[in-house]
Amino acid sequence: MANDPIKQFEINTIVPLENVAGLDLSFTNSSLFMVATVATASAFLYFGSANRGLVPGRLQSMAEMSYEFVASMLRDAAGSQGMRFFPFVFSLFMFVLFANLFGMFPYFFTVTSHIIVTFALAMLVIGTVIIYGFMKHGLKFLGLFVPEGVPGVLVPLVVAIEVISFLSRPISLSVRLFANMLAGHITLKVFAGFVVSLGALGAVGIGGAILPLIMVVAMTALEFLVSFLQAYVFAVLTCMYLNDALHPSH
Amino acid sequence: MFVTAALAASTEAAQEGGGAFPPFDTSSYASQLFWLAITFGFFYWFIAKVISPRIGEILETRQDRIAGDLDMARDLQEKADEAHAAYEQELAQARTTAGEIGQKARDKAKAEAEAERQKVEGELASKLEEAESRIASIREKAMAEVGSIATDTTAAIVDQLVGTSVTKAELTKAVGAVRR
Repeated sequence: MANDPIKQFEINTIVPLENVAGLDLSFTNSSLFMVATVATASAFLYFGSANRGLVPGRLQSMAEMSYEFVASMLRDAAGSQGMRFFPFVFSLFMFVLFANLFGMFPYFFTVTSHIIVTFALAMLVIGTVIIYGFMKHGLKFLGLFVPEGVPGVLVPLVVAIEVISFLSRPISLSVRLFANMLAGHITLKVFAGFVVSLGALGAVGIGGAILPLIMVVAMTALEFLVSFLQAYVFAVLTCMYLNDALHPSH
Repeated sequence: MFVTAALAASTEAAQEGGGAFPPFDTSSYASQLFWLAITFGFFYWFIAKVISPRIGEILETRQDRIAGDLDMARDLQEKADEAHAAYEQELAQARTTAGEIGQKARDKAKAEAEAERQKVEGELASKLEEAESRIASIREKAMAEVGSIATDTTAAIVDQLVGTSVTKAELTKAVGAVRR
């Protein structure tokens, strides 16, 4: 089943740690690519900032660009107070971006194509929002659910809607990233499978295989865009949710 | 009951290799969460402790340097402006000084010329006066002589015509009355 488009998402144990306190904590291909993602991103940022040049080189320029990209995103969304969350948002953005881009290599595993990973990251964001919101504002944080200037009769309805929308945030945040990565990789694999199976049919098949081949090339470019875009969206939404924790009165 | 049965069936299918969709295979969740916590935890720590301060410092240093350079440029500009103003002022001063000197020289020359003129005029006037007084004295002298000549002539005429001599005092008196 080399053509099975689902096979690329399978998790294979590399170092079995099958019964640690009753849990299977084996080091899998997923774990391997998490380590690779973190190692690559860390190395990029570390060596990018190692020279501390007044005039940046290429690598330093890229590292600074990613830093300023996230910093301005956070400052725009959550104001200068939001900058205390900068390391959090920056590490989220870089982690998701590098995990997505790693998935673009053939035969590589995509960490973010598993709902549990994206959901864990989303819960981390929402958990930070809730904990910081209550720590900073106490019960006033609940004012987040009561928009100002709503007529008294509508308040219960609006509050219900706000609560539901707040609760659906971690779901939408995680499913968006997960579904994009999953669907993109499945589509790529399916079209690539067409190329192979049509190519095996002889002269006519090879002619027919050109169309899906062009598709695959175009989709690959699109997937690179999606990889970046989803990391960006994840980071932007994180910034906006953190803004709620900082300024719940809006 | 159904749930556990379904879960058992799905895990069974997963163990058989095929059926279950890997992202929804709960058996791998613990491992994924565990390794995500480790890797992302390390990454967060690394960003917060090393990367973020470092890049922040680089950017700040650059900002400071640019701001410092701009300040220096502004200072130099100010100094240049000051020097220019001082130069302008000196130039204006020099101009007024030159004007004053010129005016003074002109005034002095004028005064000297005036003094010279007055002196010459005075000399001329005194010479004129002298000449006039001399003329007047000559005239008086001449007139006086005219009187004595007239007296003499009258005495001679009287002597010739009348044949009597008249005293000199009467003659002078008569001549004087006629001449008046």
